[in-house]
Amino acid sequence: MNIEILQITLLSLQISAIATGLSLIIGLPFGTLLALGKFPGRSFLLSLVNTGMGLPPVVVGLFVAMMLWRSGPLGDLRLIYTPTAIIIAQVVISFPVVTGLTAASLQALDPRLILQLYGLGASRIQMIWMLWREARLPLLAALMAGFGSVISEVGASMMVGGNIRYQTRVLTTAIVLETSKGEFDKAIGLAVLLLVITFLINWALTWIQQRGVRK
Amino acid sequence: MTPLVQIHNLLVRRGEHPALQLEHLAIQNGEVLAVVGPNGAGKSTLLLTLARLLKPERGEIQFNGTQASAESDTDYRRRIGLVMQDPLLFDMTVFENVASGLKFRGINKDEIRNKVPLWLERLGVGHLAKRRANQLSGGEAQRVSLARALILEPKLLLLDEPFSALDPPTRSHLLDDLGTLLKETATTTVFVTHDLPEAAQLATRIAVIVSNRLRQVSSPNEVFNSPVDEDVSRFVNHKVRRNGNGAA
Repeated sequence: MNIEILQITLLSLQISAIATGLSLIIGLPFGTLLALGKFPGRSFLLSLVNTGMGLPPVVVGLFVAMMLWRSGPLGDLRLIYTPTAIIIAQVVISFPVVTGLTAASLQALDPRLILQLYGLGASRIQMIWMLWREARLPLLAALMAGFGSVISEVGASMMVGGNIRYQTRVLTTAIVLETSKGEFDKAIGLAVLLLVITFLINWALTWIQQRGVRK
Repeated sequence: MTPLVQIHNLLVRRGEHPALQLEHLAIQNGEVLAVVGPNGAGKSTLLLTLARLLKPERGEIQFNGTQASAESDTDYRRRIGLVMQDPLLFDMTVFENVASGLKFRGINKDEIRNKVPLWLERLGVGHLAKRRANQLSGGEAQRVSLARALILEPKLLLLDEPFSALDPPTRSHLLDDLGTLLKETATTTVFVTHDLPEAAQLATRIAVIVSNRLRQVSSPNEVFNSPVDEDVSRFVNHKVRRNGNGAA
């Protein structure tokens, strides 16, 4: 394999894995709060999150670019056209997906389960841990959906990463570049590579998920 | 002797309406108190309040002579055991289900390994230890649910119609076994049911709740033969007629 393609592939995986991990760290507790919490504005926040699940990546790219642009509010951080900028944009894209699906997974559980857990002496943290365990199959689906939303995303990565060779070029932006140059063989090769990687990762996650399926 | 639980002047609302009003109730150590009444009368509300899963608007609950609200909800609940109408087992093995309450309390693994098989045997489900909870029949699942609560050796066991979803033969066997276990362990129990013969079989005393108020607390015989008012009489007679026998 060409060294440049290897570098692009590894960078893609690294960025999407970090973005998915951060989305999980934010989305799992936030989704749990939305599912179990009782506070004013909960339904409104849930509607916002559900809307966020369908955010167009180019719109996210536009707002993140405006924030990170040299003259923007976070311009001093000099993050525009860096892998970190792509990670930020991808987290904005995938964390509503993880949050919304986490909330839906927990709300689908029998609400009496919470009473039963408390009735067995569970603390609040133990209760939440047990609910996550009970909802582990749909929560893994949430993780897969979050990962899928970022590994395949191109608009935001292009806008905030700039598709700079050896720095911010990822598989999707490389495919766009090769297509625009009419290099369809290379574009198809990269597309197949992206598909195979996405399939392998989802295969592994599905395997983990299906081990826990009720037999 | 001080009762295990004393309730004074309790008012619990669910939504706008009072779900339970209760002037006084004392639950004695070691007794099995059956709580009966029509649907929506407030029986489960009493149970959930005793488990501190519902907050009363006013009133006082004393547990072992001390104000129950003086300790945290979790500390309080770790002295009780709760079994609900549906077994609500977790998606794990029978062994892990029965061990769950002990794990919440930080009990060490050796003790769990020793205790769980013992309680599974006592409930007649020792052979199911490795089976997943979703592979059990209704009766087996409810036995596991009872083992999960009884293994905690609770000061107060709360049972919310645990047999109502079972077929009559399964219910009868489980009722016999539970009656024996409760006698052996002398566990103080509050047992919600709408089945009067079931209440009479298991209970030391029966508490009758009608229209969200506690109307009578006395021995099964007294409830059947000397109901305190028209409402209790109507409820008891209706149930006895429906069951086609003298429950007392």
